Amino acid sequence: MINLNMSPKGFILLVILLSSGVFNLTGQEWQLDHIPQYETFEELYPQINMDNDTTYVVNFWATWCGPCVKELPYFEELNTDYKDQAFKMILVSLDMEKQLESKLVPFLNDNKIQSSVVVLLDGKANRWIDKVDPSWTGAIPITIVHHGKQKKFHEEVFHSKEELEAIVLPFLNN
Amino acid sequence: MTKLLNLIAILLLTLSCAAQNSGLGIGDVAPDFKLKNIDDTKVSLADYKDANGYIVVFTCNHCPYAVMYEDRLIELQKKYASQGYPIVAINPNDPVVKPGDSFSNMKVRAREKGFNFAYLFDEGQKVYPQYGATKTPHVYLLDADRKVQYIGAIDDDARDESAVSVRFLEDAIAALQKGDKPDPAITKAIGCSIKTQ
Repeated sequence: MINLNMSPKGFILLVILLSSGVFNLTGQEWQLDHIPQYETFEELYPQINMDNDTTYVVNFWATWCGPCVKELPYFEELNTDYKDQAFKMILVSLDMEKQLESKLVPFLNDNKIQSSVVVLLDGKANRWIDKVDPSWTGAIPITIVHHGKQKKFHEEVFHSKEELEAIVLPFLNN
Repeated sequence: MTKLLNLIAILLLTLSCAAQNSGLGIGDVAPDFKLKNIDDTKVSLADYKDANGYIVVFTCNHCPYAVMYEDRLIELQKKYASQGYPIVAINPNDPVVKPGDSFSNMKVRAREKGFNFAYLFDEGQKVYPQYGATKTPHVYLLDADRKVQYIGAIDDDARDESAVSVRFLEDAIAALQKGDKPDPAITKAIGCSIKTQ
């Protein structure tokens, strides 16, 4: 039996936490000003290239990209499966600045996206595509899995959660 | 029988992987083609008798990055066709996957935008793998001998034309006109993957 006895102070604190979204039980409501936006790739790079004990899966996508949207549910499933592990999913949106409010935010809410989402607004792609990976041609989606100094780049579409999981597992077992 | 089928499947897979990795590099001679244009004629590079070179652009209707370059392609054609560098645009997508990229929709889009260049349909998707195009838009600048001299982006800012600081394709044409080699000869840009079944 869960003990629901609580001091009035504790109850007030719980109400505040619930309403502030710290304990979000119903899923996150996305708002534009909560989504980090990066004007330059250099600002984004440290966020997607952490050298620590967490395994990162970084996916470059956009709401206008059909194959990207199609594979996104597998990323979300994996994110849910591994939420208790040292694991972080980062979805880097390449949506246009003027479509963030009209397209990106509604998409995130409609699909109840739980992964981290950031926006890269840097249009000078020839400068940064090779920094993501020299073998990247520039087509999206792409996915990078990395853990510490280990990294693997995938310019391909995933057709199931299992396919995606297969490239992530070797990193988790390290 | 199953073994044979497996073998064939593996062979086909190997071949398709090889096809993906190949494609044209700088200095390679680009293959000519004969593709259906939006005016229902067939167009080949050889049809451009006085060409000093060719701007072959893999592009399409549906991709936002392709759309962002439509006006710039029209301007490029205005400027360079008369200098002997015509734009030859090719839609490489399978319309079964992207109905918006069907031949009839190509005609509609060309009319809406007033395309002043050939806009060809890569029927059966035979041409784009020979070039090694992976996305739209994807440019191949060829010289008069159809040798590839530049591959990549039109300029350095797809999203904001007013923020463009380097016009890669125009710089590459200028280099050819001076008898130089384009530098850079290869650039990259974000684009939409080419749609196949």
